[in-house]
Amino acid sequence: MSLILLVEQVLNGLQFGVMLFLMAAGLTLIFGVMGLINLAHGSLYMVGAFAAAAVAAWSGSFVLALIASLAAAAAFGALIELTIIRRLYDRDHLDQVLATFALILVFSEATRWVFGSFPLFLDIPDALSGTVMLPGGIQYSLYRLTIIVIGLVVAAALFLLISKTRVGMRIRAGESDREMIGALGVDISVLYTLVFALGAALAGLSGALVGAIQSVEVGMGEPVLILAFVVIVIGGIGSIKGALAGAILVGLTDTLGRTMLPWAFTTFMDASAANTVGSALASMLIYVLMAGVLIFKPNGLFGSA
Amino acid sequence: MLRESTLNIVIASLLLLVPVAALFLDEPFFITLATKVAILALAAVGLNLALGQGGLVSFGHATFFGVGGYSMGILASHAQSFTPLMEVPFLIEGTNSMPVIWLVAMIASALVALVVGALSLRTSGVYFIMVTLAFGQMFYYFTISWPAYGGEDGLSIYVRNQFPGLNTLDPIQFFGICYVILMLALLFVSRLNNSPFGLALAGARQNTERAQTVGINTYRLRLVAFVISGAITGLAGALFADLNRFVSPTMFSWHTSGEIMIFIILGGVARLYGPVAGAALFIVLEHYLGGLSEYWHIYLGAILLFVVLFAHGGLIGTLSKKERRHA
Repeated sequence: MSLILLVEQVLNGLQFGVMLFLMAAGLTLIFGVMGLINLAHGSLYMVGAFAAAAVAAWSGSFVLALIASLAAAAAFGALIELTIIRRLYDRDHLDQVLATFALILVFSEATRWVFGSFPLFLDIPDALSGTVMLPGGIQYSLYRLTIIVIGLVVAAALFLLISKTRVGMRIRAGESDREMIGALGVDISVLYTLVFALGAALAGLSGALVGAIQSVEVGMGEPVLILAFVVIVIGGIGSIKGALAGAILVGLTDTLGRTMLPWAFTTFMDASAANTVGSALASMLIYVLMAGVLIFKPNGLFGSA
Repeated sequence: MLRESTLNIVIASLLLLVPVAALFLDEPFFITLATKVAILALAAVGLNLALGQGGLVSFGHATFFGVGGYSMGILASHAQSFTPLMEVPFLIEGTNSMPVIWLVAMIASALVALVVGALSLRTSGVYFIMVTLAFGQMFYYFTISWPAYGGEDGLSIYVRNQFPGLNTLDPIQFFGICYVILMLALLFVSRLNNSPFGLALAGARQNTERAQTVGINTYRLRLVAFVISGAITGLAGALFADLNRFVSPTMFSWHTSGEIMIFIILGGVARLYGPVAGAALFIVLEHYLGGLSEYWHIYLGAILLFVVLFAHGGLIGTLSKKERRHA
């Protein structure tokens, strides 16, 4: 396996990882602050992608499309928080899982009703298409590189928001003691709506960015949702730092596993068998990783007991 | 308002009467529908033991449903093609005998449940939900990418497997088999729930520390419950595969796990007949809403939301009015 291919795959893994981080950050914040398991997070990812595709088709502008994805996902997030989600905060996890599962059904079918069953396409803008030459003579897709940069910038902004601003201080206070921050006069329900909308907006952005590489279709959020859950379980639920570490770890493991495992197996079995066994194992690799992490650290890498 | 035990008898009789009536009215489709209800109810009876009695919110019971289904698929496909399953170190032939397939399905899913449970039960709460979900996905992706038994396309079995003395291709006879198994499973679970084992399990759900203080090994207790639960759901998987004469990775998908859980919630958590009532309601809704609109999932979602938010105790809880809290 050549070095160039390896670097390319590492970059692909990073790109996948930062996208997962955008999803996982919202999930982990929502769980950390409100104690809610939100299965409908994948639907918000889908809403973001569809909003971006619709606006891009109408206006032709990719920047407008990204803004639309943020706005639409945040608006839908706030809407479901105000109408349904806030009734679930003091319910047990079983009720939360089922109610948000019901929301997935509603969102997916409503999207199918509005946009039809055929996938939409969101084009990579001209300015970002093509490849760039990286040091060492490696050609890499400019758009994927941009995604990595956007993801890292969002991650940095989120860290600053959480650790330096007043809102962030309240979010952290909400994580450690919900009743106390309410007693100190912070309007906790506004804070909850805000956190939920923020998480939703990040999911929507991630959907729009990935939508330009893959197709925009109903049900696109579900595989990503499950991966995002794997990420936050590995990282420790409620921890943003854990979400970032988990996302990069999962992104790299999955991407590298898919290229390296079949290749590694060719060293001791014939090519077609190696390909079969290797890709079957590669598709399970991140779940094996998660089981492994939980055996040694039942609360995840950065989780508190 | 009815007493819960009366209601249970009503539900059990209805499930028997509808297909019998359908037989006389020559409406074989309703027999198949009732068979589907019985099989899916059986899967949920399995989960209800872990979820209702044990408080173990497993979001991965599709794993056992799928393992049961593939046990049937693999054995029957080898019987169908007259190739042995394996020759070294000893010969194993495929089979199309239902009792053998059921036994294999239950043992296989019990073994998988033992491994999955042993690892997952180290965690609790939301981690447990996610880990069981992840194990389900692991099997899902494995069956998709493993080409030997159909991969993504699944595996078709052309003839329904045999049961001594019965013609399993006759819908009413196959329904009879499934109904008897469901009733046996309900009897078994109700005896189990009231045995010292079941009471200890419920005690561990209500207060883990207290159960541990009186000397109960809660980890082992839950693991045993999880394994029994997985075996019952696995048996349902084998029957479901026989009903459709088809197995595919969809049996492992997390939607399947979610649906099995939905049956329990619709019917009522920790109620003996909750899974039966829930599965029946779900299949009826699927059938009628599906006929009403192409987008019936919207209505299903709305009904589900309503049940979770407002109708605590599900169908059985609402009809029998005796609140039994689950928490």
